[in-house]
Amino acid sequence: MSSPDPLFRVGQAVRILDLGKPGHVRTPTYVRNKIGLVERCCGKFDNPEERAYRRRGNLVYLYRVRLRQPDLWPGYDQHTADTLDVEIYEHWLAAEPRDS
Amino acid sequence: MNDHEHDHHHGAHEPHTPNEDDDVQLTEHEAKFLALKSMLIEKGIITAAEINAQLQLNEKKTPHQAAKMIARAWRNAEFHARMLADPKAAARELGIEVTEAKLVALENTEQLHNMVVCTLCSCYPRSLLGEPPAFYVSKAYRSRAVREPRKVLGEFGVQLPDDVEVRVHDSNADLRYFVVPVRPARAEVLSEDELAALISRDALVGCGVVEAAIGRKLPAL
Repeated sequence: MSSPDPLFRVGQAVRILDLGKPGHVRTPTYVRNKIGLVERCCGKFDNPEERAYRRRGNLVYLYRVRLRQPDLWPGYDQHTADTLDVEIYEHWLAAEPRDS
Repeated sequence: MNDHEHDHHHGAHEPHTPNEDDDVQLTEHEAKFLALKSMLIEKGIITAAEINAQLQLNEKKTPHQAAKMIARAWRNAEFHARMLADPKAAARELGIEVTEAKLVALENTEQLHNMVVCTLCSCYPRSLLGEPPAFYVSKAYRSRAVREPRKVLGEFGVQLPDDVEVRVHDSNADLRYFVVPVRPARAEVLSEDELAALISRDALVGCGVVEAAIGRKLPAL
């Protein structure tokens, strides 16, 4: 689950996965299956999915992903430049081809 | 509550705890919280005194700490650069100890308005800003801030021009955020204390602006 170097680079297009995992997950439902760009890699943190159950687990990379509001909400108002940044752990992300 | 006279019926009732209101029906989560708290105390994992000491420490922290730091940054370009690069270290320079793992300063500009919400719970930089305002932990704010931020901002009296980008930050994991409002005009003629007084608690999560920055008259010189 843990990689020595970050798998994703700043500016890269990524899809936020829907792992369907129960428990103490920190990936909000409303961003799952959405595509955004990596804003920054925040470093490595305890995986909250393990830590919540007092298991140490591996440290995992955390990213901030920037999404366009119209991609999140159908019918978002006319302010198409509005954005949302959300923190996502690496195992919830997949590289997304640019042309999709 | 052993020997005072009761004029109301308690039934099989746990001893009062300071945070419990008799006249309010507990939600399921509040009941679970109180049960968990009593179990932790009973098992000796934490004491009631430790919980109260932490609550009192949290309540000593106020948004003024961040206002003071931002006011310093508005008058000192080098400090401003340090605050944006490493707000925890900048806070330490002013004797403010930030205990959250990572703190990010989100600077508003004439083209960008930042707003903070934790959609999953109530993550908030308590060691810098103190306890969050009631609206910040409400389900209404947590669900609406991400979906219709401009409408929510309007309800706080913040009307932004159409060409300003609104950027919502979901504080959903390990980072904590505070918003640096747009520096008011003529900031250089005001003292740090005067500038700090212009920064409201709500502005520090992006639910307010520094009014002098949008045309309100500054205090007379």
